[in-house]
Amino acid sequence: MTTANPTEASAGPTSEDASSGPAARARLLPGVPPALLIGVAAAVVLAVMPLLLDEFRLGLLTRYLCYAIVAVGIAVAWGRGGMLTLGHGVFFGLGAYAMAAHMTLAATPDGALPEFMVWNGIESLPLLWRPFQSLAFTLAAVVVLPGAIAALLGWAVFRRRVRGAYFAILNQALAAAFAILLIGQQHLTGGSSGLTNLPVLAGVDLSTGAARTGLYFTVAGFLLAVWAAYTRLMDSRYGALLVAVRDSEERVRFLGYDPTWVKASAYTLSAVAAGIAGALFVPATGIITPALVGVIPSIQLVLMAALGGRHSLTGAAIGAVALGTAETAFSESFAGGWLYLQGALFVVVIALAPRGLAGFAESLASRVSPVRRSR
Amino acid sequence: MDALLTQVPIAAAVGAVLLLAALGLNFTFGQMGVINMAHGEFLMVGAYTAFALQAWAGLGGAAVLVALPVAFAVTALMGLALERGLIRHFYGRPLDTLLLTFGVSLLLQQLARDVFGAPNVDVAAPSWLAGGTSVLGVWLHHSRLFIILLAAVAVAAIALSIARSRSGRYMRAVLHDRDLAAVSGIPVGRVDAATFAVGSGLAGVAGVALALIGPIGPSIGSSYIVDAFLVVVVGGLGQLRGAVIAAFALGALNAYSELWTGASLAKVVVFAVIIAFLQARPQGLFSVKTRALA
Repeated sequence: MTTANPTEASAGPTSEDASSGPAARARLLPGVPPALLIGVAAAVVLAVMPLLLDEFRLGLLTRYLCYAIVAVGIAVAWGRGGMLTLGHGVFFGLGAYAMAAHMTLAATPDGALPEFMVWNGIESLPLLWRPFQSLAFTLAAVVVLPGAIAALLGWAVFRRRVRGAYFAILNQALAAAFAILLIGQQHLTGGSSGLTNLPVLAGVDLSTGAARTGLYFTVAGFLLAVWAAYTRLMDSRYGALLVAVRDSEERVRFLGYDPTWVKASAYTLSAVAAGIAGALFVPATGIITPALVGVIPSIQLVLMAALGGRHSLTGAAIGAVALGTAETAFSESFAGGWLYLQGALFVVVIALAPRGLAGFAESLASRVSPVRRSR
Repeated sequence: MDALLTQVPIAAAVGAVLLLAALGLNFTFGQMGVINMAHGEFLMVGAYTAFALQAWAGLGGAAVLVALPVAFAVTALMGLALERGLIRHFYGRPLDTLLLTFGVSLLLQQLARDVFGAPNVDVAAPSWLAGGTSVLGVWLHHSRLFIILLAAVAVAAIALSIARSRSGRYMRAVLHDRDLAAVSGIPVGRVDAATFAVGSGLAGVAGVALALIGPIGPSIGSSYIVDAFLVVVVGGLGQLRGAVIAAFALGALNAYSELWTGASLAKVVVFAVIIAFLQARPQGLFSVKTRALA
């Protein structure tokens, strides 16, 4: 590519990431890392939400928080690693379908077959479905399945130095193939109507109010845990190496590191977050269909991270909740208008605010305390 | 054996549409480093142009022929507007142009839904394209032959203009070394705009071809764009011969793996083959040699 530019993935000067640089540490409370403050504040906000929202709204928030987990992963791969993943719906879908398979079997009486299989003329439980009778296997699959596929794909393409737009296109092709596969293998996946009617998980009836609230806290807890773990990792030497690979892969290679494993591992971590989110999404919403995991939903996940701020894990999570809220609010009043607004949002965010909501917050913060920002 | 032969014209027609769609992508990506996700919507616009000429302007069977130049002009102008208005401000940020143009593609899709309605519509092929001919026991639809012919003419015209014309020389110069071309007095901005317009126009022509082989809907572009991008990945950047070989190879791979594994597994097979191919040739079949590291 003749116009290749080492900082293509990042918008503007990002040699020092505002949320992780040492200068950013001297904030409100000296000695307390800002990440800890954000985490505590987020935990408090998430904890009071059930008191403020009715059951329907809380259900919607649970759903947005699932997407927020994916967005945190996308911020790691795209914002920090420069890998634009247009196929995270695949990893989300793998986690979701694994969980949905287990819950479908749990809802089916012993010895009987899930209803959609009966309609498709299946006579005994397919081999692929059998292990999902075990909850332990399912929980492992939720992490291992997306992780293994991402690791394999990442290793295969990064070791041959396929990157940038090529990588993005391959991801999108993967998402397209995955959705077509899900629709086509109707006897295994329920086809385009997906897997629905999933009332029980681990013996708990999910339709009760208490279960819905419990589910909300589970999802919120996972979001905080994934966010905390990945934020910590990004603050470590590994995180610095990842940003270095994003900004100048060749220089990192000359310094003696192997960018292949740095990128492949970040991509894998990102996929695992999406898988976990998918597995939480299914009990939270009671449905998974190919329309939730294909090309368009995958790219919507990227928009969430872009809106919140691709470089900021916190921003990406907030972006997911903001986009979900906006979509619901807007679709309730003007049905067809949302797609226009979403398209326009893409153009506006990328063109005018490539650092997203987090970028606004950072420039606001730097204006309030002029001592800090040295660059 | 019969089944294998029957697939040949199908594979060739799919390859021809992919080629028409991929040509524009290939040159805009190779020359400007721009990924235009709205390119698929230019296909859609081309297809709806044929529909509008037939259903609204009442041109009947002749609509398809009239639609070819009209679709080219309409989509070329749209491409020009997109390039001048938006994309040129983002050169050097390919991933951002990708997302930006995806937003544009969402807007265009919804616009098509509002103007033409969400259900698919049909364009009737003119009577002289309706039948077919049997050659060696293989049924050749005339409309498929027409599409293949269309792609052949387009490739020949492009190859000729790249090799012989002044604008073709400019284009090659910019493709090889943008900065050197600029200091040599080549109007780089105008060359970019022209490349983008012609590439978009070809997508419009591909859209008319699509209208001949099946129903058209607002999201028809997104179903072809992924494959068209794969043609670019496999063919290599800025290379006509790479795009030609890759388009027909992918058309054949799609058609034959559908035959063996069914349509739903075919895409997975194609994806796996491409990943395996990239292990051997990560730059695609042909690539412009540069001394750049990245």
